[in-house]
Amino acid sequence: MTPRRLHDIAHARTGDKGDTLTLSIFAYRREDYPVLLASATVERMRAHMQGVVAGEIVRHELPLLDGVHFVCRQALKGGVNTSLALDAHGKSLSFAALALPLVEDRRDAGSAA
Amino acid sequence: MTRPVRIGCGAGFAGDRLEPALELVERAAVDFLMLECLAERTIANAQKERLADPARGFCGMLLRRMEMLMPALAARGVRLLTNAGAANPRAGAEAVAALAGRMGLSPRIAAVLGDDVLDRLAPDLALDDGRRVRDLGEVVSANAYLGAEALLDGLRTGADIVISGRVADPSLALAPLMHVHGWAADDWRLMARGTAVGHLLECAGQLTGGYFADPGRKDVPDLARLGFPFADVWPDGRAVFGKPAGSGGRIDLRTAKEQLLYEVLDPRAYLTPDSSADFTSVALRDLGDDRVEMAGGDGAPRPDLLKVSVGYRAGYIGEGEISYAGPGAEARARMGGEIVRARLGDGFEDLRVDLVGIDSTHGRSWGNRPESWEARLRVAGRARSAAMAARVGEEVEALYCNGPAGGGGARKYLREVVGVASAFIPRAMAPHSVVEIRP
Repeated sequence: MTPRRLHDIAHARTGDKGDTLTLSIFAYRREDYPVLLASATVERMRAHMQGVVAGEIVRHELPLLDGVHFVCRQALKGGVNTSLALDAHGKSLSFAALALPLVEDRRDAGSAA
Repeated sequence: MTRPVRIGCGAGFAGDRLEPALELVERAAVDFLMLECLAERTIANAQKERLADPARGFCGMLLRRMEMLMPALAARGVRLLTNAGAANPRAGAEAVAALAGRMGLSPRIAAVLGDDVLDRLAPDLALDDGRRVRDLGEVVSANAYLGAEALLDGLRTGADIVISGRVADPSLALAPLMHVHGWAADDWRLMARGTAVGHLLECAGQLTGGYFADPGRKDVPDLARLGFPFADVWPDGRAVFGKPAGSGGRIDLRTAKEQLLYEVLDPRAYLTPDSSADFTSVALRDLGDDRVEMAGGDGAPRPDLLKVSVGYRAGYIGEGEISYAGPGAEARARMGGEIVRARLGDGFEDLRVDLVGIDSTHGRSWGNRPESWEARLRVAGRARSAAMAARVGEEVEALYCNGPAGGGGARKYLREVVGVASAFIPRAMAPHSVVEIRP
């Protein structure tokens, strides 16, 4: 059985400021917000984004919006202006983040997938 | 006044679609229309045009936008604010006035000046990345982010059309709110709420379903006719967002959430020249029928310093691409990249080899996949000279006759690079002024 991913419960948008990537992830349903919080931790996101984000990652929790907001430093090869990357803004990274597998209660995992 | 003021956003970047702005004026009864047309780099590029011709240096699409909009603006009494003056708002305003004259129209036009601080940029001014201005080499532009007060002075002249250079994007919405509702510039709660309104509007279609669709999960109807957003804003800062009836796109809680946090470095302190806005105190509510309410929102005093974007010449980027397909496509594309790398040697500040369709957007960070049918080799290099950077495309193109089998569709590109760095200066170093332009 394929584990569920963030893409199954959440939507995301990335933005750029210089060499910093912002990454917002929101649960579609309020009841999935705890799973989002448990799955999209700083540690798990750092491991998932290895090779992309070189600097510090800070997570802001946004309970009113059922969301989390990551601010990732040194993530855009020096920034949009001088970067050689094809997607210099990192706009496509929102969907890379949504590929992160969920951390779910074992009992839930069986019935939910 | 107790009725809300309606502000539409008719452009979210310099190259944005044209006709959604007209739809806002003709079919959505907006009171004010804002056009946000300046990315970080736009002014630096425009500054190069101004150096070549003092009558230029404003956004290339400004006159096309105004030619389309001005008759409708005049007929309906809609006032317009835009930062499309870029590196030369005065010349932009004069060009719009001349265009209006040719069209038989006579709008009152104001140019907002003062963001250009290139002539007083100290070489030892510290940049936010630890370098100093002098480390950048040849600086071509330095523009302070002016705030809503500068645009407000433009509106107070009675102008129908206010054209500025660099201003904070949300200020384009905040200024008309201050003007109509009489908000004081030191009412930090209202400044924060107006800034949140402006931030939600500033990317235009990104609030109404653009940059959002994910077929099957986040479906958006008719993006080919995406409607751009407007906000009805009450005197206490409460706002309801919508889009023209019958237009494409959607606005709901999800599109609004994504845009509220877009490009935000600190959700508790979103800094502009006008405000330090706390977006975590904003409550969004879905009213159905493509309407979202924003209530609450608090803020702290605005920053003392103004951010300055400093543009500098950063050499040239050359690129070359060529496609391989069928069995072994990836191996042949990879081989082509190795050949180009060997031919180019050292001397580039940065050199990058991508296989489009394999690893060009996210590297190899997310595991192995079955071999794809086609791979497009892309090589990019940055160098000090145009001739050196151009060699990248030349060497990729030469793979036709000298590289692996079956390479096709080679393309080459060369562009000058303007880097942008950020610094902070005291407000007194960037006083604004308003010039009225007569048709």
